[in-house]
Amino acid sequence: MKLKLLVIFSLLAAFVVVWGLSFADDDSDDGENMRLWNKTIGVTPNNNTVYEQECGSCHFAYQAGLLPEQSWRNIMNQLEEHFGENAELDTQEHQAILNYLTDNSADKSNARHAKHIMRSLSKDQAPLRITEVPYIKKEHREIPARLINDNPKVTSLSHCNRCHQNVAQGSFSENEVLIAGYGKWDD
Amino acid sequence: MNRLIAYMVIMPITLMPPALVASPSNTLFSDYAQASTDPFSAERGQQLWNQEFLHAKSKTLRSCAVCHTDELTQYGKHKRTQKTIAPLAPSVNAERLSDVKKVKKWLKRNCKWTLGRECTPQEKGDLLTFIQSK
Repeated sequence: MKLKLLVIFSLLAAFVVVWGLSFADDDSDDGENMRLWNKTIGVTPNNNTVYEQECGSCHFAYQAGLLPEQSWRNIMNQLEEHFGENAELDTQEHQAILNYLTDNSADKSNARHAKHIMRSLSKDQAPLRITEVPYIKKEHREIPARLINDNPKVTSLSHCNRCHQNVAQGSFSENEVLIAGYGKWDD
Repeated sequence: MNRLIAYMVIMPITLMPPALVASPSNTLFSDYAQASTDPFSAERGQQLWNQEFLHAKSKTLRSCAVCHTDELTQYGKHKRTQKTIAPLAPSVNAERLSDVKKVKKWLKRNCKWTLGRECTPQEKGDLLTFIQSK
């Protein structure tokens, strides 16, 4: 009987230690009740060669889970005037990329940031820019302009990869941030 | 007999002008040539390359050279996004003009960006002839 109690007690103790450790290396991004989720994926990484080649040859290939389906539809509908550039695709590639983006958009994703993004948008909101998503804006509000817009090595919040080191793996974790031309970011 | 077959295969290849053998984009050239009146000219291509067009919306002058520079063996830089652009001259960048689909895609996009319209087959042929000569 004593032995049984001892086993139960040590199992409990081990559980508490493991639980504690999972808090310890946590990046505590927004203090919400989401700490345990930090071990889950931030955003699902890209998984489509056509998308990565066609879009990624001009800019960082933003993961599909960073915008809702309607946003991607609107963006893909006006590629001739894509933020001031002509980014027209031929029909085959256009369809393949549209399918990929809408199949994997934020509203269909279980990834942590995708859920935050959707929660921050009202039902009919479909921003054309990821930098206009309330959640993304909120996450960056403490960073002064001199480190982003006025920083010649960054120039805009839209260049995710210039500060987020493991962005290709879908990680936007705060402790991996290295601001170009500045260094680590501690708030 | 074997020799005869070998000759039959080798002869047409050796008779082809080197440019045609070297460039997979020759199908593009013949497509554009069919829809053009004049033989392609690198000189005319160069003129168009450097010609400036007023972009009404931004009130700025645009030309091919604005981003690609007029020295095709050099790196260019996108005027607005500052993105580095690898040299277009096939002599220093063998990838150039090797992928027909890519050539068509960028001719379409960049003619629209620069001239505000698609280029005619004649203009495309002239531009490609100019680029290929570099």
